[in-house]
Amino acid sequence: MIPTKEEWNRALEARHGKELHRAFSCATVAVCGLGGLGSNIAIALARAGVGRLILCDFDRVDITNLHRQQYKAGQIGMYKTDALAQNLKEIAPYVSLTVHTARITEENAAALLSDADIICEAFDDAECKAIFANNVLSELPDKYLVAASGMAGLYDANRIQTRKITSKFYLCGDEKSDVQDGIGLVSSRVMICAAHEAHTVLRILAKQFDV
Amino acid sequence: MVRVNGEEKDIAGKTLAEYLTAANYDMKRIAVEHNGDIVAVARYGETVLMDGDGIEIVSFVGGG
Repeated sequence: MIPTKEEWNRALEARHGKELHRAFSCATVAVCGLGGLGSNIAIALARAGVGRLILCDFDRVDITNLHRQQYKAGQIGMYKTDALAQNLKEIAPYVSLTVHTARITEENAAALLSDADIICEAFDDAECKAIFANNVLSELPDKYLVAASGMAGLYDANRIQTRKITSKFYLCGDEKSDVQDGIGLVSSRVMICAAHEAHTVLRILAKQFDV
Repeated sequence: MVRVNGEEKDIAGKTLAEYLTAANYDMKRIAVEHNGDIVAVARYGETVLMDGDGIEIVSFVGGG
């Protein structure tokens, strides 16, 4: 039996307290890129009771994604937006979802992300990350941006950290380990970096801005 | 002196673009904070670094 919305909210309120639950449930967070980072970020935020998620990705679930991304074997071939929306609704049935199955460009970013209080960069490609970060920070200066750089390989988990770069820009990762070097991405280390991003979002919503 | 990623450097008077090129940064993979604000990529060439300024250059690597 799926709990009612009231039961759901009561359980989260009992866990987080009234004030924090209100801050989380009133928030809109955009997750841009739904791979190893984005799928994990979205699940963490939905579980914590973030009210609305904007999910953006143009790609489909592939067999090579399943070693680190939060999809299931039966979802291969689906758009990641649709597959993640399905999974999120199973986990947190009352989360409000807006999906954009599209490539985010410098032209459409402002329109797609205008409702978001906080934007998570969760792309794979280094140049796409930089273009997106520069675009959001320049064109949407009132938004918080939480981005990631450096989480590949089996290196020490403790090298992954969160740094505050400006009052609106946080960067998670070790800022070094590139997917091109070595064995590529490993589920646990990507999850750690995704957890840093999700945790930074929740701390911002809780008005804990320092790192 | 200009503080670059925590290190004092004798580069006052140079533009940001000049410094980034000389220091071999890949300008397609960075974001630059200058005295608390992000510098738009289109303004690297006209941003002159002054004595006492601080900049932080963030490099993006692949993976996600």
